[in-house]
Amino acid sequence: MGRHVLLIEDEPNIIEAIRFILSRDGWRVDTHSDGSTAMEAIRARSPDMIVLDVMLPNRSGYDILNDLRSDPAYQDLPVLMLTARGQKKDRELAEKLGASHFMTKPFSNLEVLKKVRELVKQ
Amino acid sequence: MPRRALTGSRIRRLRTDRGLRQAALARACGISPSYLNLIEHNRRNIGGALLNRIAAELKVDPATISEGAEAALTLALETAASSVPGFDSDVERSEELAGRFPGWARVIEQQQNRLLRLETTVETLNDRLTHDPYLSASLHNVLSAVTAIRSTSGILASGEPIEPEWQARFHRNLYEDSQRLAEAAEGLVSYLDAGADVDQTHMLPQDEVETWLADMGWRIGGLERDAALSSEDVVSAVKFATEPAQELALGYAESYARDANALPEAKLSAILASGGTDPRRIASELSLDLPLVLRRMATLPVDCFVGGLSPGLVICDGSGTLTFRKPVRGFEPPRYGAACALWPLFQALRSPTTPIVEDVFLRGRDESHFTAFAISTTAYPGGYDGPPVVEATMLLMPKLPGDAEATRARAIGSSCRICSQGDCPARRAPSILGFSDEALPA
Repeated sequence: MGRHVLLIEDEPNIIEAIRFILSRDGWRVDTHSDGSTAMEAIRARSPDMIVLDVMLPNRSGYDILNDLRSDPAYQDLPVLMLTARGQKKDRELAEKLGASHFMTKPFSNLEVLKKVRELVKQ
Repeated sequence: MPRRALTGSRIRRLRTDRGLRQAALARACGISPSYLNLIEHNRRNIGGALLNRIAAELKVDPATISEGAEAALTLALETAASSVPGFDSDVERSEELAGRFPGWARVIEQQQNRLLRLETTVETLNDRLTHDPYLSASLHNVLSAVTAIRSTSGILASGEPIEPEWQARFHRNLYEDSQRLAEAAEGLVSYLDAGADVDQTHMLPQDEVETWLADMGWRIGGLERDAALSSEDVVSAVKFATEPAQELALGYAESYARDANALPEAKLSAILASGGTDPRRIASELSLDLPLVLRRMATLPVDCFVGGLSPGLVICDGSGTLTFRKPVRGFEPPRYGAACALWPLFQALRSPTTPIVEDVFLRGRDESHFTAFAISTTAYPGGYDGPPVVEATMLLMPKLPGDAEATRARAIGSSCRICSQGDCPARRAPSILGFSDEALPA
């Protein structure tokens, strides 16, 4: 497996921090910030895994995840969901839609790094 | 007038329930049958000794016959009883309680109202925590800033070498995010502080506005045509406890002023005085909208109406929520919870722009009869590509004792919990009242 991550997130400073951490660990990091065009970005970049925020402008991360999992080409693509809402029902929804892992904000850098490595190894 | 109208009907009902003939009761009370007949048809006012004699013959407390003011109180007691689960043993004696201990009954009524208001406040606050978009957006802002700060500071504190440009950049980000966090936290605190004020108010805005209107007899004199006050003048002169109530009152006053301008009081009362009481006819003769005429009729002083009973008015939105409630003798729209599904008001919602006229009577001890005029309209205040805003209006004209009884009047209620119609196909919640005649005093 390659080491190519697509980070779909709309907070510029969070993007910068995650991009820095993953790059330093040897990952190629692409970023995208708009929910409505996220599917196109995924198809164009074909990453090895996706870090996906739930609250995106114009389209929810859940909808994007749902689209991904109904496309046979992306059924096994690892997806790490990020959300500021850690409620039980949010977690359940993410699991039901087929998220590989669900992480609540604020997360630690080490946690993200560990999960990304783990998910791509699988 | 209302009291007299009631008393006669109540005597007639109690007498027929007991299988007593009019002549027999009249003889026992020492009056002529024709005089009793006039009393029973509410053509003669009675009181004092005669009322006591009739009550004694009918074996009821005189208050049972003469009460009128207590009817509303009795209803309030029944509503209070309905909120206590499993309490049904003494509900049929609520009328007696209201009659014999009106002061205590009023205490129960006021406590019940306060309870309901507090419950509504709790619900409102609860809703706010789970569904409030502002609160959830504020929390999201706080969490986003915290996430960025944690991640960025984590990089800086890791001890691993970082190029100077990156380091400068992260320091700047950290500063920006800490500012953002401070602002978001401040906004959250002031928002929650403002929420504390809501707790201290005891009335819902709609209640406050309706109390204000009721105190004026539902007529805003300052906005009628000859008194050239502005809506702001009128509303700012009133001390409302909350800002939402003030806003609501201003909105109402503005539409009142428009209505009053389109159909001046003098013009409408002259039409009524000349015998024209059908709002449909008034609307078409004056080329006005029917809802406007219905609203205006409900603001006229009582002496414009034969019998001295001003009509009731209820308005609801597309969800059936009552947005305006002017009660009328014998018809008290529910203050909390949903209304009776059988109201012509809701029928009007189903057939937009079609005027509905129906004779109705209210289930209950008095069986007050009304002619209901209802219509619903659809407006597009946000433009035709915006959402339709539906509003239904219903005027309840009280039937006078002398009026011909409608052959096919529909039985309606106020709200299921305090309605005695046992076999109602539209019932949605069980009633706390005994059904049919069991509710009558024995």
